Amino acid sequence: MTTTTRAPGSADTAAVRRAISSTPRPTRPGPLATALAFGWRGMLKVKHVPEQLLDVTVTPVMFLLMFTYLFGGAIAGSTSAYLDYTLPGLLVMSVLFTTVYSGVALNTDLTKGVVDRFRSLPIWRPAPLVGSLLGDSVRYVIAGTVLIVVGVALGFRPDGGVTGAVAALALVVAFSFGLSWVFSVLGLLMRSPNAVMNAGFMAIFPLTFLSNVFVDPATLPGPLQAFVDVNPISVLATASRSLMAGAPDGAAILVSLAVAAALAAVFLPLTTRLYRSR
Amino acid sequence: MTAQHPLAIDATGLGKSFGQTRAVAGVDLAVPAGTIYGVLGPNGAGKTTTIRMLATLIPPDEGSARVLGHDVVSEADTVRELVSLTGQLASVDEELTGRENLVLLGRLLGYSRAAARDRADELLDAFDIAEAAGRLVKHYSGGMRRRLDIAASIVVTPRLMFLDEPTTGLDPRSRNQVWEIARALVAEGTTILLCTQYLEEADQLADGIAVIDRGRVIAEGTPRDLKASVGTGSLHLRLADAGRRATAAELLERTVGPVVLEPEPTALSVTGADAGRAAVAVAELSRAGVPLAHFSLQQPSLDEVFLALTGHAAEETPPPADTLQEHRS
Ligand SMILES: Nc1ncnc2c1ncn2[C@@H]1O[C@H](COP(=O)(O)OP(=O)(O)OP(=O)(O)O)[C@@H](O)[C@H]1O
Ligand SMILES: [Mg+2]
Repeated sequence: MTTTTRAPGSADTAAVRRAISSTPRPTRPGPLATALAFGWRGMLKVKHVPEQLLDVTVTPVMFLLMFTYLFGGAIAGSTSAYLDYTLPGLLVMSVLFTTVYSGVALNTDLTKGVVDRFRSLPIWRPAPLVGSLLGDSVRYVIAGTVLIVVGVALGFRPDGGVTGAVAALALVVAFSFGLSWVFSVLGLLMRSPNAVMNAGFMAIFPLTFLSNVFVDPATLPGPLQAFVDVNPISVLATASRSLMAGAPDGAAILVSLAVAAALAAVFLPLTTRLYRSR
Repeated sequence: MTAQHPLAIDATGLGKSFGQTRAVAGVDLAVPAGTIYGVLGPNGAGKTTTIRMLATLIPPDEGSARVLGHDVVSEADTVRELVSLTGQLASVDEELTGRENLVLLGRLLGYSRAAARDRADELLDAFDIAEAAGRLVKHYSGGMRRRLDIAASIVVTPRLMFLDEPTTGLDPRSRNQVWEIARALVAEGTTILLCTQYLEEADQLADGIAVIDRGRVIAEGTPRDLKASVGTGSLHLRLADAGRRATAAELLERTVGPVVLEPEPTALSVTGADAGRAAVAVAELSRAGVPLAHFSLQQPSLDEVFLALTGHAAEETPPPADTLQEHRS
């Protein structure tokens, strides 16, 4: 209790004092630089735990195989015809599912003390959120790319070629930018990451299945068909399909982007406000 | 050096409720710049909530506070440029390495990539975490994590630093390291607001202490004031012969003060004994033929102060209020 012997390995006081005194404050970085720094943080997490990409890559591939070989023949006559129809839709599904993980990751983050540090920094307030979304977009691109590559291996040959596929992927990723704010709000409101996951999938599963991702709505009963037609996921799937087919459906593309912008316009400020007050 | 404000923290009537819980119920704090100020309180006293308001994380429901001359609500952004927070939950990212944590903060504060790396390495060396710099923080020991946490708080040296229970769960050696760092920070001109449940910690580090309980400041003063408020220490005795305890008690009661008979049949203690009176008492006992097996004079600890003030235990010594400001009616 009264000993003054320096324990071995203890912090070197002289060095500590030097480190403390040697800091002129750098100029405050802009919003973009700050958001990019948070995006880099997201990338580092993927680098340290690459397994977390399994979730977002294995599930869509499983769906692709299952639907193509199990139902493809029955729904579209042949597996290759069905692949042409369903792959652009599955691309939508796999990327949208990945957006749920953005909410889950945000919720997990909030249980950690590091958020308090971020919130006590003199930085652009939405930067942590925008930044992690930038990081997540890499995840979306990976999920989409894996799906398209596996599809091509199974015989998918879109008429739009590489350009069409890239354009479709870009559109879907842009849409998920908008949608992920919805799950960020969930991430801020729910009490556990699991609850976010459940609520997220509970919303997105029916929306995906009640769309034209898997079946042509022409075969559906009237009221259901009406719903499927206005479901934004159908519109997005139609747009993605048109791009891959090399015959872009301008209206569907515009509506998809407008829905994404509307979602962001409503949920981004909400997210920022909730993040600030948590 | 910029001109120092006389008060680093000036809070009046700060209050915050969560639903029915009144977490902070009107706290006044006046923390002189360049000092370590201890906020001492048990679990749930409202320490963390107070820090969170002062660090602009949550707005107060009542009252107001100025940090280094700036209002925590209307000038929150300026306050954030001047303070750093080392939270109760380690405020570092467990899923990154130690170096990545520091580089990230450097980038967020505006360093170039290269400068952020240099600064990170300098801090890692100074804080003795260089050899673990490339490991994920979740694999760090508690002491290392705390040092990294503090390093993260001084990537740019703050004018005011909040330390929320910085040594909870650390072994004595790691605790001493944290204390050394805190002292070095103050020596370089940073003001520290230290929340702690450990009275020894406040005693070791703090120039001034506010004791808070149930969201209220119940006493404040220097560690010395607070100790003095409990009175002098107590003399603890163990007799060689349990049969002589009554004699000893009678003698001590007469020469020193109130005697407490301990559960153990040979042990008793007497309060109000300073060194001089204790020496006399021990001499008197041996003259009276009461053989002693052991005796010790114990200074009042801050624990006793705390218990005396909060009344959660040790009810026998109510504090004489003259040496400290009493806030409780
Ligand atoms: N976000 C919150 N929501 C609801 N209640 C809260 C919240 N934060 C704190 N409280 C409550 O406010 C009271 C004070 O909590 P606070 O964390 O400030 O205490 P503390 O002194 O830091 O305690 P400890 O030593 O355990 O850290 C407690 O009763 C706590 O349950
Ligand atoms: Mg606390």
